[in-house]
Amino acid sequence: MLKFENVSKRYEETGEVLTNVSFHLEHGEIAFLTGHSGAGKSTLLKLIGVMERCTRGHIWLDGENLCTAKQRHLPFIRRKMGFIYQDYKLLQDRTVFDNVALPLVIAGFAHHEILRKVRAALEKVSLAGKEKKYPYALSGGEQQRVGIARAIVNRPPIIIADEPTGNLDPDLALEIMNLFVSFQQVGVTVLIATHDISLITKMNHRVLKLNQGQLVFG
Amino acid sequence: MKRRKQTREVNYIPPARQEIRQTRQAGGDFADKLQACRDAHIYALFSSLGRLLKSPFNSIMTIAVLTIAIAIAAGFQLLVFNLQQLSGNLEASAQISLFLKDQFSDADARKLAEDLRKNPDIRQATVIGKAQALAEFKAYSGFGEAIDALKDNPLPAVIQVLPIASLTDKAQLQHLQQTLQQLEQVDVAQMDTIWVERLQSMITVAKHGLGMLNVLLAFSALFIAGNTIRQELHSRRDEVVIAKLVGATDGFIQRPFLYTGFWMGFLAGVLAWFVVTLIMLLLWLSVEAVSELYGGSFHLLFFSFVDTLKLIGVSTALGVLASWLVLQHQLRYTVPE
Repeated sequence: MLKFENVSKRYEETGEVLTNVSFHLEHGEIAFLTGHSGAGKSTLLKLIGVMERCTRGHIWLDGENLCTAKQRHLPFIRRKMGFIYQDYKLLQDRTVFDNVALPLVIAGFAHHEILRKVRAALEKVSLAGKEKKYPYALSGGEQQRVGIARAIVNRPPIIIADEPTGNLDPDLALEIMNLFVSFQQVGVTVLIATHDISLITKMNHRVLKLNQGQLVFG
Repeated sequence: MKRRKQTREVNYIPPARQEIRQTRQAGGDFADKLQACRDAHIYALFSSLGRLLKSPFNSIMTIAVLTIAIAIAAGFQLLVFNLQQLSGNLEASAQISLFLKDQFSDADARKLAEDLRKNPDIRQATVIGKAQALAEFKAYSGFGEAIDALKDNPLPAVIQVLPIASLTDKAQLQHLQQTLQQLEQVDVAQMDTIWVERLQSMITVAKHGLGMLNVLLAFSALFIAGNTIRQELHSRRDEVVIAKLVGATDGFIQRPFLYTGFWMGFLAGVLAWFVVTLIMLLLWLSVEAVSELYGGSFHLLFFSFVDTLKLIGVSTALGVLASWLVLQHQLRYTVPE
């Protein structure tokens, strides 16, 4: 599903941030990406989201080489990924429904399908009935679940979460993590970047650990 | 914790490259997609109008400046049309006015006119007697009371000579004028085409000037509309970035901004039409009065239906073009971080 082949990323200003990273996430696999700040977690996620291009190596997503993909293909590649962010990245002036519907509107779904899929996604994250609320009226945990609903609404084959529990208390964090496990159980590949070691230990899944730009185990 | 060995991945063969097109497909059949596309456009059309109305101060300023730029261009265009029409009317009447020497009376003038009508080159010779000339002058010059103060009528008798229609050559006309000038009763034989020629050459100059002015005004309209779109893009940066992150194409992101440009251009075009038409209406009455002096052959031209469509079309196109140009440049720098 997602495969890194000797991937390196080098910035002019800071030098090499990732060095020879190789791993392979199988279809329907769940894994944690961890490491100290500055170890290269964010850079690795940016490479997956093709917000940055790798300097060397190849990244394969569902048969597509992300390092050489054409600029105009990027929107369609991004539609195969559900990204979840620590700061939720919700549109504050749009309702929960509109936020979750955004990927479907972009993909050109008809109105009745959008309605059905958004409802299903909100139900999945236990936010049914909050469609008309605005993000600022929701708690942090609820906002994160809106972000998750937006990531899964288009049923992407892979979900990538960047510190999804960074701003949440431990109970809520575990609840969110269990949500990710439930996605994995229906065949979705999940990659979660986090530095919450206790949570990782509790969950007992595969761990990819970065240290100074190198994968130390995974 | 599970540990996977990296060796397992060495023999990884990338799966067959999927057709990009496949990922482009949303659910549903063709009719659904068509409907979704139509919905998206209608939504963008009205949401961009709604957004303009939401920040009325900003939009009013921009649209007002656009309106002024377009009204100036359109107003000058209309002015030139009118001048052209005026010179066209006057050209047809290559008239020679014979001002008789003061000692000749109205009766002499009538006799001379009689003789002139026998000339094969002359179609018509109309006498304007001294008294009639004074009355007309009083009526139209605005010196009514001053003229009343005069003891004698200072105006000479005039004969207006119209050459036959076939006589259009300048040299022939000049020859006729010289012949008439040599008549003993005639003080001055004045050909009225000279100032028509001057007017025409002035119109030609004005048209060239207008072309350049229009280019400048079009550029200023582009800059004004473009700057507003740039601000709008800046204030909606988060939205653009998030849309990009969830797989929006540039086309999708551009759509609402292009519609904003559309509305600004369209509204400015419609307003400019009203502004210019209003100014023309104010001029209308006084122009009609002047036109009376010239036998009512001149009527003020307003925008025709086609001109109106052109005006609004060009204005709308400028709005869309401005936002397109700005988007081409700015969207490259509005990237997810």
